[in-house]
Amino acid sequence: MADFLTDLQQYAFLQYAVITGILAAVPCGVIGTYVVTRRITYIAGAIAHSVLSGLGAARFCQVVCGWSWLHPLYGAVAASLVSALIIGLVSLYARQREDTVIGAVWAVGMAMGILFIFKTPGYNEDLMSYLFGNILMVSSDELLLILGLGILVLGFSLLFYNKLLAICFDEEFARIRGVRVDLFYILLLCLTALTVVLLVTVVGIVMVIALLTLPVAVATHFSKRLWVTMVISAALTTLFTISGLALSYGPDLPAGATTIVLAGGVYLVVAGVDACRVRRTG
Amino acid sequence: MEHPVIQLQDVAFSFNGLSVLEDVNLEVEERDFVSVVGPNAGGKTTLLKLILGLLRPSRGNIRVFGMPPVKARPRIGYMAQHTSFDFLFPVNVLDVVLMGRLGHGAKWGFYNRRDRDAAVEALCRVEMEPLQSRPFSQLSGGQRQRVFLARALASEPDLLLLDEPTANVDAAIETELFEILNDLNRRMTIMVVTHDLGFVSAYVQTVVCVNRRLAVHPTSSITGEMIHELYGGNVQMVRHDHRCSKEGHVWRTS
Repeated sequence: MADFLTDLQQYAFLQYAVITGILAAVPCGVIGTYVVTRRITYIAGAIAHSVLSGLGAARFCQVVCGWSWLHPLYGAVAASLVSALIIGLVSLYARQREDTVIGAVWAVGMAMGILFIFKTPGYNEDLMSYLFGNILMVSSDELLLILGLGILVLGFSLLFYNKLLAICFDEEFARIRGVRVDLFYILLLCLTALTVVLLVTVVGIVMVIALLTLPVAVATHFSKRLWVTMVISAALTTLFTISGLALSYGPDLPAGATTIVLAGGVYLVVAGVDACRVRRTG
Repeated sequence: MEHPVIQLQDVAFSFNGLSVLEDVNLEVEERDFVSVVGPNAGGKTTLLKLILGLLRPSRGNIRVFGMPPVKARPRIGYMAQHTSFDFLFPVNVLDVVLMGRLGHGAKWGFYNRRDRDAAVEALCRVEMEPLQSRPFSQLSGGQRQRVFLARALASEPDLLLLDEPTANVDAAIETELFEILNDLNRRMTIMVVTHDLGFVSAYVQTVVCVNRRLAVHPTSSITGEMIHELYGGNVQMVRHDHRCSKEGHVWRTS
């Protein structure tokens, strides 16, 4: 821990990591609250996994077609939005079973990513690191992209707070009150997609849904209003991310996994204490 | 000429090829208090959803305040039968009622002072104003129904549609709720779907019987025999006259 604090003052990569953690955590708390209350955690999971196809395709184009400007994270943004639109439009209009579509996007997205990575010449191990997070490898360019996405997500989710709240609580009533429910549902999925891209750099594709949901699950034990839940979740996510980074640094553990185990542990403790209290009071 | 509040002409609705409503003709005048009764799956909720524009008729024409239903929605307050909500949802009473203000004020941003005032006034009307900061999940069933009624009132509607507002509450709360509705009826037209015909008629002016087809009765003419016929079997219903004058409706002898 002491190493972490001294090195933090010294090394830019560690400072970038801390800033990334904070920039990703705040939109994560806000969007995570919508995701949990609207019960679309598994849609977020599918979007997260399909991001690998975008990462792989962008790298493929970089190496094979020579599009050097195409950073893998741009590919991730595109893939996440396409997946969100596919799941949203299919579940709204195509009358398919929603969970089937979610599973398909989840697995097919990953498969396409693996194919692209396999056919890209050279050393692409860094792409595989997106699976489990690479917060210590964030560059200043990526930091700018993360900042932009974060502002976009926060802006939209605060601007349409009332409507998104009403849609999450009672869709039919919102529709009667003139809210364009389908449009805002798609918007919510797109915001979730962008948040997922932010989190991919922090904890990796595989663990995104944990960071999106666990802080909210903890926060709902202490909050009875949606915006309070958002504030607490954002604070908790920041705390988990930075603590995960600090705790993993000394013993050289993977930061993403440490963050998730920490979040899971806190959730278990809070849920356990709550269960005991309910039992005692009857 | 003033439009009737609700007007349905030769409306039919079918779902997946199954006929739910047929030959529906209905006119509801201003400040009427209409009770919609009929057996389960008889089409009561479908009728409300058609009037709200949540469903489109497969045939016929629906006008609400002389407009297509979707356009009339700002003037309609609606309370659904079972609002399926998450018990852990972090909202308080005022948050829920404020949802009734959507589509009134700004297109984006937060609710303003005027919205808050209207929401608090709606809460006063159902005598829930002291509990406005209470978490919604901590309310009793009857309190929840009142909050949903307040949410429907927050939009300051001219027409109030309620779908079995007393389905999950006891008789005392049901009485209170209808007292409130009776009071509201002085300013707005009310249409309420209910399963309890005998009780409601104390305040209700018009009864609409729905069982795939529809018949209208002024409350004074409701008899035990009619209730029996309504619930007795579908075959009997076909004999009803579907166009009904204010004085009541003509029974055909076949």
